[in-house]
Amino acid sequence: MSEEMKDIVLEYVIEEYLEDEDEEISYDTPLISGGIVDSFSMVSLKRFLENRYNISIPDDLATPEAFDTVTKITVLVDGFLK
Amino acid sequence: MSFSDKIRTIYQEQLNAISEAGIFKKERFIHSRQAADIEVEYPEGAGLKKVINMCANNYLGLSSHPEVIQAAHEGLDSRGYGMSSVRFICGTQDIHRELEARMTEFLGTEDTILFPSCMDANAGVFEAILTDQDVMISDRLVHASIVDGIRLCSAMHDTFKHSNMDHLESKLQLHSDKRLKVVITDGVFSMDGDCAKLDEMVALCEKYDAMLFVDDSHSTGFIGKTGRGTHEKFGVLGKIDIITTTFGKALGGASGGCVSGRKEIVERCRQKARPYLFSNTIAPVVVSGVLKVLDILSGNTERRDKLERNSDYWRKGLTNAGFVLKEGDTPIVPVMLFNAKLSQDVSNDLYNEGIYAIGFFFPVVAKGQARIRTQISAGHEIHHLDKALEAFNKIGKKYDILGRSKQEIIEMYGL
Ligand SMILES: Cc1ncc(COP(=O)(O)O)c(C=O)c1O
Repeated sequence: MSEEMKDIVLEYVIEEYLEDEDEEISYDTPLISGGIVDSFSMVSLKRFLENRYNISIPDDLATPEAFDTVTKITVLVDGFLK
Repeated sequence: MSFSDKIRTIYQEQLNAISEAGIFKKERFIHSRQAADIEVEYPEGAGLKKVINMCANNYLGLSSHPEVIQAAHEGLDSRGYGMSSVRFICGTQDIHRELEARMTEFLGTEDTILFPSCMDANAGVFEAILTDQDVMISDRLVHASIVDGIRLCSAMHDTFKHSNMDHLESKLQLHSDKRLKVVITDGVFSMDGDCAKLDEMVALCEKYDAMLFVDDSHSTGFIGKTGRGTHEKFGVLGKIDIITTTFGKALGGASGGCVSGRKEIVERCRQKARPYLFSNTIAPVVVSGVLKVLDILSGNTERRDKLERNSDYWRKGLTNAGFVLKEGDTPIVPVMLFNAKLSQDVSNDLYNEGIYAIGFFFPVVAKGQARIRTQISAGHEIHHLDKALEAFNKIGKKYDILGRSKQEIIEMYGL
């Protein structure tokens, strides 16, 4: 799994969801269960991944669990690239 | 077996969890009319206490205005108590259509449709006008009723950071492939009291061919030079495609709401919006009261001018005392305390001093953002505000938070 992809996703999450005052997050910070990304706002992350990697993630795979950390997201996206 | 022990236990555990988290809501019983001075029973069973109300949405002080009450009486006599029907069967009186026309004129739109409440308007409008080919892009701090409306709609949904126009623009670009795009915001945000940047939002919507939706519940009647709402303040009258607002706040405070805007949107709602089609019509007595409110507001701007003066006076008073406030220029003035328990303690102490103002904390506002939300009314006189300032000063001293920064308060009380 590419480290580069992890960094790209992490950077997107920071830009998209964190406010200036929020603390730092890592590859394994729980995003959705940790209250950083509400499941309501997840769609932009899904769209970003689809556009960036030219893939289509079916809704039933885009679950809050599969999107909960940067590492998990990268695993999911990797599966579509093969 | 109906309500078995097993079922009861599940609910009791849920309720206990709310209590243990310290967020169990207890209601205070008001024995008087809604006004600046009210008589309250709290806690339940206690003797009546006279307090100054600093947390009603009674912005224009019209909730118990004699002319409004009189008009309601007349409406009751001439049009009866109830209609026992939804609008499209036999629930539409001449005065319902008259109120729709008057709201259209007041808001400067093309047409208006009444709903039982603004909650219903927000819950019904998106589903009525969008499909799965479309996208809704909402500010992250919109009111809960809008969130519910979005949930009920099959269109794609995305959010932008609160009032962040660059972020909104990036979202409009991201979703440019969608058939219809709607940008969704509150006019005045109810918890923070700040205004959406409607001039910039209109420009962005024009650039990207998107519609603009504004919930002006905390603005209609008093924001803008003649009180039309946030769109008047920002010079974009006639440019908001969909406005929702309530009659349950400044406009007499009884109940009811509406969707006002482009005529095709309004007609779509009349044909398709489920809370409109499947819930009873607004009672004639309420319609008559709101019509009188519009008469009063169209005559002159005295009330909204007084509200503006009162709000300035209050904001300056609290600032001089040394409280941390959310910035803004609306009658919603949040006094920031950050810690949830502190907000409860301060609220209780204020009540003992004769000031009724409620503490808000997570999940109503974000974690670490607990506050006392004060709301000013044209029904307040300077002596009310002075008495309230005195009480805030006294309690602020007690907790040693006057003149302290956000950081210092958080260090003392935690988040
Ligand atoms: C922004 C906003 N929209 C809608 C509503 C709901 O209005 P109504 O009481 O008419 O359902 C409220 C009231 O709390 C509100 O603050």
